[in-house]
Amino acid sequence: MKTFEGNILCLDRADINTDEIVPAKYLTEIDKKAMKPHLLEDLKMDGFDPDRDLEGVAVVVARENFGCGSSREHAPWALEVNGINVVIAPSFARIFRQNMFNCGMLAIELPETDIQALFDLCGGERPRLAVDVETGNITASAGGSTLDLAFQISEFDKTLVQTGGWVEYADKNY
Amino acid sequence: MGKTIAEKIFDTHLVDAPFGGDVCVLRLDRVFCHEITTPTAIQDLVARGKDRVFDPDKIKAVIDHVTPAKDSKTAMQGKILREWARRHNIRDFFDIGDNGVCHAIFPEKGFVRPGFTIIMGDSHTCTHGAFGAFAAGVGTTDLEVGILKGVCTFKRPDTFRIEITGELQPGVYAKDIILEVIRQISVNGATNMVIEFAGPVVDQMNMDQRMTLSNMAVEAGATSGICQPDMTTVEYLWPFIKDEYDSPEAALEAYSEFCSDPDAVYARTKTIDVSGLEPLTTFGYKPDNVRPVAEMADTAVDQVYIGSCTNGRLEDLRVAAQVLKGQKIAGTVRGIVSPATPDIFSAALEEGLIKIFMDAGFCVTNPTCGACLGMSNGVLAEGEVAAATTNRNFNGRMGKGGMVHLMSPATAAATALNGCIANSELFTSREAI
Ligand code: SF4
Repeated sequence: MKTFEGNILCLDRADINTDEIVPAKYLTEIDKKAMKPHLLEDLKMDGFDPDRDLEGVAVVVARENFGCGSSREHAPWALEVNGINVVIAPSFARIFRQNMFNCGMLAIELPETDIQALFDLCGGERPRLAVDVETGNITASAGGSTLDLAFQISEFDKTLVQTGGWVEYADKNY
Repeated sequence: MGKTIAEKIFDTHLVDAPFGGDVCVLRLDRVFCHEITTPTAIQDLVARGKDRVFDPDKIKAVIDHVTPAKDSKTAMQGKILREWARRHNIRDFFDIGDNGVCHAIFPEKGFVRPGFTIIMGDSHTCTHGAFGAFAAGVGTTDLEVGILKGVCTFKRPDTFRIEITGELQPGVYAKDIILEVIRQISVNGATNMVIEFAGPVVDQMNMDQRMTLSNMAVEAGATSGICQPDMTTVEYLWPFIKDEYDSPEAALEAYSEFCSDPDAVYARTKTIDVSGLEPLTTFGYKPDNVRPVAEMADTAVDQVYIGSCTNGRLEDLRVAAQVLKGQKIAGTVRGIVSPATPDIFSAALEEGLIKIFMDAGFCVTNPTCGACLGMSNGVLAEGEVAAATTNRNFNGRMGKGGMVHLMSPATAAATALNGCIANSELFTSREAI
């Protein structure tokens, strides 16, 4: 199983699409590692600089409909090769969400209020977060404050995360 | 309780429902492949020691996104797909000379049937829903498993029924209808749902027009965009199915198994009367940023692109040529047209459409996705503006720092003549071509 723990990057925008996560021009790369320097390269947001803000990040928190647009799995790969195995948002585009679990990564949906609480927390010093897949708990902290949140994923998604993804599962079971 | 088309297709293709949850593992009738997303799946299968295919006759592959290859990397993607197709005896593989945009060429070859389940590593796979199929775009891992095992997982879908009523005004087309649908329900209005397009306007549409509707269902977040099979569907498919059925009526009878029941239960319904609809275009970086063309009339464009899986079919070229006939595009505009398949190209040549485009000052390219995804054949420079018949206006889609306005082929042709976004009714000559 991958690790789901570390520094948080908060992206205060809805509808972040897969072209913004990794631009189409890198789709000619066949090796996942080639995506590393291009994560969020085309995301235009006030105060966000991918060269500066991605350092040491392990978790992305964003607004609704994260990962919409093109079906490219290069988007989860670009996150994965940068050490980001979990994205938390109020909702995800279907294909992006499924791609994440298929790769044994986490796309966690939380209610707007919980997402807002995470954004508020991220205003503090060095926000960090850890996900416990088994119990369905998230522990976040920044400055002196901590925040405990519960989340739900299906047994099936959980199994994909725990067993390393859909290819192995499908080849064994079907 | 009655069922929707999607529910009927799920029931007839269900292999497993792991852990008793709402995830369905479905048997696949078709796995479509192109050279951008398939090579990574192939490489991963090879690396895992699982370089197999579940059924070479159910897999169809094409090189379409960047063709002919533009550099060493795209050449390598083509090479990996080509060698894989040969090694696994995938006979329906379309390469230079025979290739065209995936969502135009696969229906044209008769690979899609009502009631089919289809996946492809491409978000606009929903296009094939126009035939009453459940067709969905997937990522590389799903594609990989589809190739290997012929199965894919989907959540049991809710259906959003959108009924289109009224009478279209001149200059207003299927593209304007789907832009209006997306404007009304937003870019995630149908997330995790299947859209069922219905109503008298859809019933009267030909297959090219239905494909334009279904193509953009994903821009509203939908998994698939389905039109129910009818005589129009059967007539389109007849050359491919005539040995299977005694008559078109018998085929229709069989396909009506995949029509929604009158008492089917829908998660959402909506009726849109298109009688008052004007030609539309997009203004921002999201497909639901939609406005009447009249409100965008002063927007100058540098490039007009007519093509893609949304609007690169014969009907689209006819409509655009009708507007362009005998006129020249503005000196400030670069016009590019990409007929979506070789058959469309040939037909357009025979009908004299290609000559109209060339005389008007358009560059006619080979069938390819080309400029649509900003990888070749007409990439925009920073700060440039394009009018395009494609489906995505995301920031940078046709080139970094470029702006894309989505519109119908008629509006795009008028815009090319005018230099600024324009209603085609201002230009259309009413003579027949
Ligand atoms: S024409 Fe454009 S949208 Fe359609 S498959 Fe090709 S790249 Fe994708």
